[in-house]
Amino acid sequence: MAVANGAYDIDAIRGDFPILGERVYDKPLVYLDNGASAQKPRAVIDSLSRVYETEYANVHRGVHYMSQKATEAMEGAREKARAFINAEHAHESIFVRGATEGINLVASSWGRANLEAGDEIVLSVMEHHSNIVPWQIVAEQTGAAIRVAPIDDDGVLDMDALESLIGPRTRMVAITHVSNALGTVVPVDEAIRIAHRHGALVLLDGCQAVPHMAIDVRALDVDFYVYSGHKLYGPSGVGILYGKESLLKAMPPYQGGGEMIETVTFEKTTYADLPFKFEAGTPHIAGAIGLGAAIDYVTRIGLDRIGAHESDILEYATGRLGALNSVRLIGTAPEKAAIVSFNLEDVHPHDVGTILDREGVAVRTGHHCAQPVMDRFDVAATVRASFGLYNTRQEVDALVDALGRVQEIFGR
Amino acid sequence: MIDLRSLYQDVILDHSRNPRNSGELEPCSHAANGNNPLCGDKVRVYMQVGNGKIDDIRFEAKGCAISVASASMMTELIKGTEIGDARETFERFHEIVTRKGEISDDEIETLDKLATLIGVREFPMRVKCATLPWHTMTAALDGVDDDVTTE
Repeated sequence: MAVANGAYDIDAIRGDFPILGERVYDKPLVYLDNGASAQKPRAVIDSLSRVYETEYANVHRGVHYMSQKATEAMEGAREKARAFINAEHAHESIFVRGATEGINLVASSWGRANLEAGDEIVLSVMEHHSNIVPWQIVAEQTGAAIRVAPIDDDGVLDMDALESLIGPRTRMVAITHVSNALGTVVPVDEAIRIAHRHGALVLLDGCQAVPHMAIDVRALDVDFYVYSGHKLYGPSGVGILYGKESLLKAMPPYQGGGEMIETVTFEKTTYADLPFKFEAGTPHIAGAIGLGAAIDYVTRIGLDRIGAHESDILEYATGRLGALNSVRLIGTAPEKAAIVSFNLEDVHPHDVGTILDREGVAVRTGHHCAQPVMDRFDVAATVRASFGLYNTRQEVDALVDALGRVQEIFGR
Repeated sequence: MIDLRSLYQDVILDHSRNPRNSGELEPCSHAANGNNPLCGDKVRVYMQVGNGKIDDIRFEAKGCAISVASASMMTELIKGTEIGDARETFERFHEIVTRKGEISDDEIETLDKLATLIGVREFPMRVKCATLPWHTMTAALDGVDDDVTTE
């Protein structure tokens, strides 16, 4: 286990991830698709086994020993989630299936209770579809309107335009913290100040931010913050919706069922307190505990150190790719997380992806569930290399070499 | 190790760089759009059909080498043929590229120039790239106005 003191021990860190030892097509796996989903350290994998082997039962229900152990482990994970983003209360962190469900929860529960015709929701053009479609659905139901803040040619959010879009009818500003397609880090503190000045709430999509930087929801004064566990080296199928206590308390339930009730009769049902009001049904118990293990893992290494390591990789990758004549970088904001989107002249990203794959290099190709961004840059798709805490400069070299193979095959 | 050259044969690269029958067909009797929502590939197929025969066919595509080459070859193969023959060609091609089992040399021969595309069998994620233009062509023949997708 790589510990937090001394140098960034990349070999020890890589050793924590069993899958990095795998070979694909008889070549070492070069995993550069962390923006889609990150690989899992042994600590997370083991935590899942441990739950099922030693402390599993349903939670918050049984009076028996195992139920109590599982409940304690799951609530322990919630406390880790609280500390991870420096929230005030653990019950402000709702376990959801992922960021998508978190946004749907807010759009549906808060939106239907608070939006009316003529109200406005402000998004940015570089949102993931999961931070667009839930708002479109609730806008259609309530008569609210959606307004979209533009970005410039580097992929930087136009803050003046954002401010001009936010007015007296703006109820919600829902924007990404870090763009999944471009890597842009949005100055969310400024966006939050602007929104609050106009009485609007702010939801941040933190999926691509939490693996790369420390988050402090109280310093940000953000109203809702969502992220997925699987991009943070945790299990898939679990994520966190953080909401300020006062907001969550005032919101109606999202789904009905077990665990979220206080009393049920056919005449009237009263709902449980936070966080259970929003956790109907048996949750992903092992997943929540595994997410806690993932939080422990990145915290132990230190997000500052992870961020510094990834910045080095990003800079190196940007330099090497940028030096290739055939490469057009898409997303060149001065403030970026470790994501490089690009296209090769005359070769479709899908073809690039297939050839890189045969070289053992895993990248994402496509529209990255962010079609408005693709339209903004007038491309159908891009190739995206997204780096994680275990990636190395040698892997960037492997990517560049594999791009040479693309040129060989497509060369004239 | 599966050779990438089996997927990206020179014939395919040539068709993708210099697609035949590319562009709008105006006027036309049949047209449809095809989308692959996973990768964003888009194709539009236009046909002029009379007396059960495809008199002319053109296409516009924004997509990968495989989808553009497949569209280009499709137009060459089915231009001037009976509708029934065009459909049958696609059915045979579709069956062979999606079949799990072996294929014989005789079967490959029946595919004519589409034989160069059977390399996609080794790249399951790419089969839809090869079949999208054909799905779009049959949707146009069926008079489907909505976009067809590979999903």
